[in-house]
Amino acid sequence: MDIIQILSLALNELVAPMTVGYILCAIGLAVHFGFTGLLNFGQAAFAALGAYGYGYAVLVFGWDLWGAILFGLICAMAFAALLGIPTLRLRADYLAIVTIAASQALRFTVGSSTAAPITGGSAGQSQFGESFYALNPFPEGEYNLGTVTLTNLELWMRVVAWGLVAIAALFVFALTRSPWGRVLKGIREDEDAVRALGKNVFAYKLQALVIGGSIAAFGGMVFVMSSQANEPTNWGTNFTFITWTILLLGGAATILGPIVGGMVFFALLTLIESFLEILVNAGLLPFLLIEQVAQIRFLLVGLILMLLVIFRPQGFFGNKKEMQFNG
Amino acid sequence: MNRLLKGPARAIGALIAGFLIFAGLLTASPASAADADPSTFAYTIAGTLQQDDTPITGVTIIASKDAEKFETKSDEFGEWTIMVPTDGIWKVELDTTTIPKEFNLANKDGAVNEADLSQTDFAAVLFKFGTDVVVKQSFTDQLLVRVFAGFNFGLMLAIAAIGITLIYGTTGLNNFAHGEMVTLGAMMMWLFYSFFQWNILVAGLVAVAAVTAFGWAQDAGIWKPLRKRRLGLNQMMIVSIGFGIVARYLILLFFAGDTKDISGAATVIQLGPIFTSDVTLVSMVISVLALLGVAYFLTRTRIGKATRAVSDNSSLAASTGIDVERIIRIVWVVAAALTGLAGVLYGLQFQGNWSMGYDILLLLFAAVTLGGLGAPLGAAVGALIIGMVVEVSTLFMPSELKYVSALLILIVILVVRPQGVLGKKQRIG
Amino acid sequence: MANDISVGKAEPGCKKIDPILVADNVTRQFGGLTAVDVKHVEIPRGKITALIGPNGAGKTTFFNLLTGFDKPNTGTWTYEGKDLAGMPSYKVARLGMIRTFQLTKALSLLTVIDNMRLGAQGQAGEGFFKAFIRPLWSANEKRITAKADELLTRFKLDAKREDYAAALSGGQRKLLEMARALMSDPKLVMLDEPMAGVNPALTQSLLEHIKDLKNNGTTVLFVEHDMHMVRNISDWVIVMAEGKIVAEGPPSQVMKDQAVIDAYLGAHADTDLGTVAINKIKVGK
Repeated sequence: MDIIQILSLALNELVAPMTVGYILCAIGLAVHFGFTGLLNFGQAAFAALGAYGYGYAVLVFGWDLWGAILFGLICAMAFAALLGIPTLRLRADYLAIVTIAASQALRFTVGSSTAAPITGGSAGQSQFGESFYALNPFPEGEYNLGTVTLTNLELWMRVVAWGLVAIAALFVFALTRSPWGRVLKGIREDEDAVRALGKNVFAYKLQALVIGGSIAAFGGMVFVMSSQANEPTNWGTNFTFITWTILLLGGAATILGPIVGGMVFFALLTLIESFLEILVNAGLLPFLLIEQVAQIRFLLVGLILMLLVIFRPQGFFGNKKEMQFNG
Repeated sequence: MNRLLKGPARAIGALIAGFLIFAGLLTASPASAADADPSTFAYTIAGTLQQDDTPITGVTIIASKDAEKFETKSDEFGEWTIMVPTDGIWKVELDTTTIPKEFNLANKDGAVNEADLSQTDFAAVLFKFGTDVVVKQSFTDQLLVRVFAGFNFGLMLAIAAIGITLIYGTTGLNNFAHGEMVTLGAMMMWLFYSFFQWNILVAGLVAVAAVTAFGWAQDAGIWKPLRKRRLGLNQMMIVSIGFGIVARYLILLFFAGDTKDISGAATVIQLGPIFTSDVTLVSMVISVLALLGVAYFLTRTRIGKATRAVSDNSSLAASTGIDVERIIRIVWVVAAALTGLAGVLYGLQFQGNWSMGYDILLLLFAAVTLGGLGAPLGAAVGALIIGMVVEVSTLFMPSELKYVSALLILIVILVVRPQGVLGKKQRIG
Repeated sequence: MANDISVGKAEPGCKKIDPILVADNVTRQFGGLTAVDVKHVEIPRGKITALIGPNGAGKTTFFNLLTGFDKPNTGTWTYEGKDLAGMPSYKVARLGMIRTFQLTKALSLLTVIDNMRLGAQGQAGEGFFKAFIRPLWSANEKRITAKADELLTRFKLDAKREDYAAALSGGQRKLLEMARALMSDPKLVMLDEPMAGVNPALTQSLLEHIKDLKNNGTTVLFVEHDMHMVRNISDWVIVMAEGKIVAEGPPSQVMKDQAVIDAYLGAHADTDLGTVAINKIKVGK
């Protein structure tokens, strides 16, 4: 593999639907954590519900695209309400544990053979994208975008995915520049102070959880749409942790942060993996097997997460003063 | 960059370097001369062996296609996973000689099956057991079996959970990297006992010592410098998540992803309806002794009392002349030793793999929360309850969902009574 | 002794001529400990009332209970005749009863002006759907910004307008918190230790601001340790010890009250009543 190939691989990762799936989830998490201060460690569950809801509506109800999207969205919103109403009163670290536990419980459940008639069990759902790809306006053929060549369907998927990112970013931008967003930031800083000023803190937190969860639901749909395969193993805690890493990389309380964070993160991973593969193939890393290179990816996730939180909690774009952690 | 900033970075670098050297040693050994590491294979075949909801442990399952052949054993839950490198149709069969006597296949030809991986990268394979041949156990007998298993599981959770709660109590850290100490304990036991074939006691002690050293190094290299920098507790929690991921994947890199058979020659012992082994019974005794030891340490020794004082109010403790940092270091060492021991015992009884500790991490949190965060003996009681719930729940719901019940308990406790069932209500305002 | 605030003699639980807040049988227990046990108390309207007492007397807890930040074991209380028991804190604030905190809660990573804007109530733009439609709230935003600027000038914080609140000194944060509380034109301001941690240069200006509040018709209830300050600005003093109200009356009278001296001396025998020393022996907060 030469340098050009590696770079084109990395470029492809920059815009890949999977990257976009994570970016959308990170934008949702920015609403949760960056602007409201909610330590949500169950973002995978919101994405999963979006994907499963969509798949179920298509495969079982036989609904069209719009109905299915709406159903996925409603599933994620209902989960946000169900989770949020009892837990949003809790201390930040308790909320973290509750959300991670809830997302794991959800994953175990949807992946079980008991739930197989609804969710497809451990095999999950597949082939639910027909109505989406039917809308593809691009004529059949290959599209050459610089170094990357895409089929018309792949191009369609990417156009829609990035369109969603743009909409989500504008949506969040408008919200955070409004008095509504000001209340959220106030809650992030000190919810008792905001309460003492007459704001219904609980209602705002619930709204933030639902909004961020809905954006994550779109992320989940995008994530599974390109391969048309939705497996329960996608939605483990690693999904959530990668989302966190992307968010913190870009800057938690920023709009562009999650987007650039996601692109940089996946391009970086691809570059490092390819580079390691070259080294391994050249026999320069005798202790590493070529198959193990893929595992390095997660190791890097952990390492980046640690180093970011310790040394640069505000991320690339965050204001140095506007560090995102309290207590 | 100032000096404080350098501390953690250097420590992380040193830790990774240490792991890499260790990895070098391991890969130089004959173990890795074998084929490619199965954990990196893209295709998975999995299933659960059970008869009347009772898991069947230790059965060898072989997946083969053309000249390739991979095998594994079913774990304590009867669950098994084989990673295979290519797609297509794989033949999956049970080694009938490894099926324990109390279980039997529903029909003679039932030991051979197929996994179709031509369309997907995951296939579940079922083997039917029992029904027409075996007399169903009475409900009381089943309950006894589950309660015994729950007690055993709970004891192991308890010694690991005490570690979490001691650390939380003295430093306020929700340590998400705690499970990796369990895993490390089991992997070290595998290395010294199963791989190097050392004496079981020596291997166990060395494994616990290794995890203890890991705990010491963690506090010295990461947590103490971060405390000095006055990093917020929520930030520390996220650092622990990152550190847990790093540790987990380092373990995967060096020990590979297969299930490690750590058990030695165990003798089956029957107690009424309960089939158990000498290994299990001895490990239960060790767990109980360890718990009693912790109780003695905390209530009778000077350092133990100081530990409790730091947990209650660290600034007050400091003002009475207690060296808080020293106590925290001791707590990390004690917690790591206990957690390593849990890993060793867990591995001996149920095998181990690279993510075993992480898989039970939330159960540990559930136990700690149930007992009241920061209350060590509460955590032990909480762990026993969680162990019971996990096991007994399989009588009423599918065993694949047994962790879900524990997670729901965790959520409900945090929502309804965050100070824990046994904890005291904190004074507010 | 006669006075123009209470009906009849000034004694614990006495009736006021024109009370704004009336509390009955408010108790709060932590474990076995009774932190607050107030039989009856009335806060006079349009006056400055000081709530004093040794550390651990339950003053802050009583504040938390009245404002809905904590739940009592028993008790009822009314504000402007409205029953407040069990009402969530944000609704209490909406009724015009605004509090500050002992440890200042300036919203560090919001600018000073955003802190102020957040203090205004009834903002349409704070609703989720209206937030998207700027014309629905831009006029109001202009109005509250003007008001905020005026208050900032009054509190001499106008130079810090665009700074993060985190960049302010301790005393400036106290000022900001008070100014923010005034954004909603409250009828009753409850200040929890407004002087704690404020340097002497700012103390005088804080005192003037509190007096200004009264001149504008706002009722003030504040918790304080500094007896000089209490004597200086308060019209009425309520003394708490071990959760109970042990004395009430005009400052000059209360300072001589044996129950008050006992309450302080009993708790801190080495403490001179006229000093700020009580402030310094606070633990753990």
